[in-house]
Amino acid sequence: MSHAASQGVSAADSMVAFENVTKRFGGSKGQPAFTALDGVDLKVARGGITGIIGRSGAGKSTLIRLVNGLEKASSGQVVVDGIQVGTLGESGLRDLRRQVGMIFQHFNLLSSRTAFDNIALPLEIAGMDRKAIRDRIDPLIDLVGLGDKAGRYPAELSGGQKQRIGIARALATEPKLLLSDEATSALDPETTQSILELLKDINRDLGLTVLLITHEMEVVKTIASQVAVIDKGKIVESGRTFDVFTAPKHETTQSLLSAAIGAKLPEWIRSDLKPAPAPGDRALVRLVFFGETAFQPLTARLVAEIGPDVNILAGAIDEIAGEPFGSLVVSYAADPQTLERAARFYRETGLTTEVLGYGA
Amino acid sequence: MAPDMLFSLLWKALLQTVHMVAVAGVIGSLIGLPISIFLATSGRGELFPAPTANKIVGAIVNATRSTPFIILVVAIIPFTRLVTGTSIGTAAAIVPLTIATIPFVARLAESAIREVDKGLIEAARAMGATPLQIVFKVLLAEAKPGLTLALTLTLVSLVGYSAMVGAVGGGGLGDLGIRYGYQRFMPEVMLAVVVVLIVLVQAIQSSGDALARRFDKKTRKN
Repeated sequence: MSHAASQGVSAADSMVAFENVTKRFGGSKGQPAFTALDGVDLKVARGGITGIIGRSGAGKSTLIRLVNGLEKASSGQVVVDGIQVGTLGESGLRDLRRQVGMIFQHFNLLSSRTAFDNIALPLEIAGMDRKAIRDRIDPLIDLVGLGDKAGRYPAELSGGQKQRIGIARALATEPKLLLSDEATSALDPETTQSILELLKDINRDLGLTVLLITHEMEVVKTIASQVAVIDKGKIVESGRTFDVFTAPKHETTQSLLSAAIGAKLPEWIRSDLKPAPAPGDRALVRLVFFGETAFQPLTARLVAEIGPDVNILAGAIDEIAGEPFGSLVVSYAADPQTLERAARFYRETGLTTEVLGYGA
Repeated sequence: MAPDMLFSLLWKALLQTVHMVAVAGVIGSLIGLPISIFLATSGRGELFPAPTANKIVGAIVNATRSTPFIILVVAIIPFTRLVTGTSIGTAAAIVPLTIATIPFVARLAESAIREVDKGLIEAARAMGATPLQIVFKVLLAEAKPGLTLALTLTLVSLVGYSAMVGAVGGGGLGDLGIRYGYQRFMPEVMLAVVVVLIVLVQAIQSSGDALARRFDKKTRKN
């Protein structure tokens, strides 16, 4: 099973490639090893924003740390821009890390340094002189919108401002890849949106590849064009974000999604659902609108085809990776004639549907 | 005792105490700080992993710290004589004071360094920092307020230790208090010594606190 996050991404035009990567922790002194990652295959497209989503403990932190060698794979290969990370020694790893920026959930800014000096740190580490550092940082600090806060210490900045400094710091060495480790998880929804906008701008304007991990569907939905879903150390689903989110196949994706996309049914409906219809039952069906069908007046036609008995139970209209997407849960009588008419209607219009179950 | 004579005795003893504390404090910290960095960074999976050496150094530090100071003073007399050529006097007293300072600083500074958020070390590694760059640009810079407080505590404890080196003729305030205040039964001398010691310790502590506050950019001021 191949899990190219973007179909058609070959090894050559991927920025990061995981090839059958396994990572185990511990296992010495009689303790059983813990398998954090189990045979991960994944390609991260160059120049795009790829999201890896999973619950806590799914292995996403470990996965992202393999990219810049903060963790080492137990087996398999991690290839970054053609370089096999596993073969690098300490000094080779340091060179790689200077080309890969990273931002963190808790920002990890030095409290003893001003915003300016925090951004300067990676450049000092790389041995750049003070004058060149200033020339590099001045436009960067403007780019993240904090030109007037250069002399402030992190304790004097808000969470969103701290993350902006973190982003400027990650960009200081002009990396080709930006790793984002739950960068918005400690921020409120509004600040999250503004940080995501900034990341989107940077991706577009600088052509920087972004690989982010998160447990928030909202983050992936907003900026990632490609997504991979990770569960218990395995990639269970991956592809274009729109494709994966509009037709989630794996149970983990579905449950992560149901919270975010308003597809969740009220408890009183869900608890009564049965897998097969009894006489007099109604069918509960989820209709998914996207692409061409998103813009057609299909609901009225549905009522015309099936009859006035159609009931709307839940619905939401949303945007995934910039594309409109709607979801509607309807119910109608589960008698053979109605079901047949509905099926014909779906075939003709190309609507994507999912039978949720049957109930009174 | 005549006030001018008391004053002259106190002044001389104060200078001796300050001399001993300053020299032992500086030399002891210069040796103790590198040891503290080693202790804080050489554990398993840390910057300079050397778990066995870490355990050995830790054990030596603990052993020195658990030896009562007065016993240490007597026990290292041969070493003191080797270093200073004599085993009595202020210079001779500085040797055991320095030896006692080293493990004290090592442990206190170690815990100050360990207080630094591990996330900062990870961030610096992710930037491609070498372990030495991490020590100097991250650990020591971030631990500066904690290290200042550790050194302050060291100096205060040294003032206390220095009272005991009267046993080897080291002089100082403690010695003055014992010889005049206790052995010659002159309570006014004892009282004067205690007052000067209190003022000295207060002065050290307040300057240390003020300095640490200045270094601390974590707590928002105003």
